[in-house]
Amino acid sequence: MILVFADQRNGNLKKASKEAISEGKRLATSLSLPLGVVVLGSGAKGVVDEIKNYGADKVFVSETPDAYSPDLYSEGVAKIAKENGAKIVLFPGTSMCVDFAPRVSAKLEAGLVTDITATDLKDGKLVVKKPVYSGKAIATVEYKSDIAMATLRPNVFELAENAGAGEVVEFSVDGEPKAKAIKVEMKEAGKVELTEATIIVSGGRGVKGPEYFQNELQQLADLLGAAVGASRAAVDAGWIDHSHQVGQTGKVVSPKVYMAFGISGAIQHLAGMGTSQYIIAVNKDPDAPIFNVASLGVVADLFKVVPALIEELKKVKG
Amino acid sequence: MNIMVFIKQVPDTETKIKIADDGKSIVEDGINWIVSPYDEFAIEEAVKTKENLGGEVVVVTMGPKRAEQALRTALAMGCDKAIHLEDAAFEGADAYSTAKALAKVVEKYNPDLMFFGKQGVGNDNTQVGQLVAEMVGVGHIGTCIKLEIDGDTIRGEREIEGGRETIETKLPAIVTAQRGLNEPRYPNLRGIMKAKKKPLEKLTPADLGLSEDEVGLNGAKTVYVSLELPPARQAGKKIEVEPEVAAKEIVEFLKNEAKVL
Ligand SMILES: Cc1cc2nc3c(=O)[nH]c(=O)nc-3n(C[C@H](O)[C@H](O)[C@H](O)COP(=O)(O)OP(=O)(O)OC[C@H]3O[C@@H](n4cnc5c(N)ncnc54)[C@H](O)[C@@H]3O)c2cc1C
Ligand SMILES: Nc1ncnc2c1ncn2[C@@H]1O[C@H](COP(=O)(O)O)[C@@H](O)[C@H]1O
Repeated sequence: MILVFADQRNGNLKKASKEAISEGKRLATSLSLPLGVVVLGSGAKGVVDEIKNYGADKVFVSETPDAYSPDLYSEGVAKIAKENGAKIVLFPGTSMCVDFAPRVSAKLEAGLVTDITATDLKDGKLVVKKPVYSGKAIATVEYKSDIAMATLRPNVFELAENAGAGEVVEFSVDGEPKAKAIKVEMKEAGKVELTEATIIVSGGRGVKGPEYFQNELQQLADLLGAAVGASRAAVDAGWIDHSHQVGQTGKVVSPKVYMAFGISGAIQHLAGMGTSQYIIAVNKDPDAPIFNVASLGVVADLFKVVPALIEELKKVKG
Repeated sequence: MNIMVFIKQVPDTETKIKIADDGKSIVEDGINWIVSPYDEFAIEEAVKTKENLGGEVVVVTMGPKRAEQALRTALAMGCDKAIHLEDAAFEGADAYSTAKALAKVVEKYNPDLMFFGKQGVGNDNTQVGQLVAEMVGVGHIGTCIKLEIDGDTIRGEREIEGGRETIETKLPAIVTAQRGLNEPRYPNLRGIMKAKKKPLEKLTPADLGLSEDEVGLNGAKTVYVSLELPPARQAGKKIEVEPEVAAKEIVEFLKNEAKVL
């Protein structure tokens, strides 16, 4: 079996989970193996039908434990993997999975490669690619263990709806958690999540203050259905919260379009957005390194371009 | 409180990466080696915790001879003792075989609280702290940005998509440090002088009761079979026009090229 963990909270299935299931289905089809999906926590039952749309042959569902616990979640996944002889176990690269997948790897004594951007099969065994050294190199990684595990960089693997047997197997994860979530605070409900966004509107030191993030860039993002990102310089200046930071010490994003306003394009920033499909950069310095990677580079004052762009989009959107 | 902090020496993120002749590793000549940036947050939190609650901080690394420099940096920042897992057999380790060796250090010294970085930059596994936690059977708080210690209960905040969650666990426990947890101090001259006299113990696989088959490349579950430069990104069109024209060009691009409008 190919097993995929589906990250959901309160009945909201993450887009990255659907991407991982889609990729699991592609591998399962190539290897003529069934695809199993495991989903845990309160709200889990509510996403079973959605999971079936992506080709699951079996959905292992447990509404326990009620709160996220790294050790209990890993126990649940490891148990299903063992009982069903899983050969490959995939996870979406969400904050939750990156946190507990290593514990599953220790339980299964299986190799885990995080943040992969491509898969391949060699003699029926999984081979993966992963960017390393701030995206300055790409490693091809093979496994020495019988079970191969990976977390998938969000927004990289294509979604594909598929048919599957869709059998539902209920189970439960019991026991005392060693660690567990005692409080969850959602601050940005309704906002587009950075790692899942199709378009990111990002600002750097060139934006010159918090107001521009809150007003113009947010307005632009709203018009485009985009998420707002930032460089570390903007975050360090206190203009926007760290949760918006893109780069080596922030989030790794792979949107379809990354729009960089007043960002120079330092290597640590590129590490976080270098796999974006298209990059649009607006910078007044014609020699800014961001232009080396920009699909469309605009040498201009952002304070003039952004308002014009907002007007133009309003026109287009009617 | 017995505190242990685990650090990794990594190439400076500014380093130019050159792929070695074997096609699967990097050329080490000319690399400026640093303590992985996240590990600095781990060291700071360990030292701060000791200053508040008393006790001792032991800093641990597994790595070649050069990694001793990373240990000296940590000692200069206020750690009390260092342990260096240094042996040819440790080379070629992946996250799994690294954790296997570090877990033995934990079992040997039984610390109450252990700090890791969230990720060793370069290979960016983001795994070793959680792996050790599972191997030694303790709870962990991952990518922690705020930590509270209340007797033998610890609570840590972490960022999740669109918000934050608080994880609670009991000592002994592992915390992996994320940027935001604190502001790491710079080692001052006095710290650097003192660091020279602090004890540094070397350990081999045998000292940890591990065979050579369990560590380094032999004990690894994953192997890099090749390393390539990423496909060069083609710089596209570059324009220098009036703002209104630029705005139109961007909209055209979003519509016709990226097809997102
Ligand atoms: C270990 C480490 C980790 C790091 N992690 C990250 C990370 O995760 N993310 C990150 O972003 N950085 C990170 N950095 C920092 C990185 O090296 C850069 O310092 C940072 O990305 C610079 O941000 P910036 O591009 O906004 O600022 P700058 O480099 O100062 O660039 C500002 C740009 O704005 C342009 N500009 C100014 N005014 C205007 C205007 N009116 N119109 C148009 N353009 C204008 C300028 O020409 C300039 O190119 C890290 C550094 C280190 C050492
Ligand atoms: N060789 C090592 N020696 C000591 N600690 C390490 C080593 N490798 C990784 N770590 C610790 O584990 C954390 C996560 O590393 P990684 O899983 O490799 O990204 C690092 O930030 C360190 O705290």
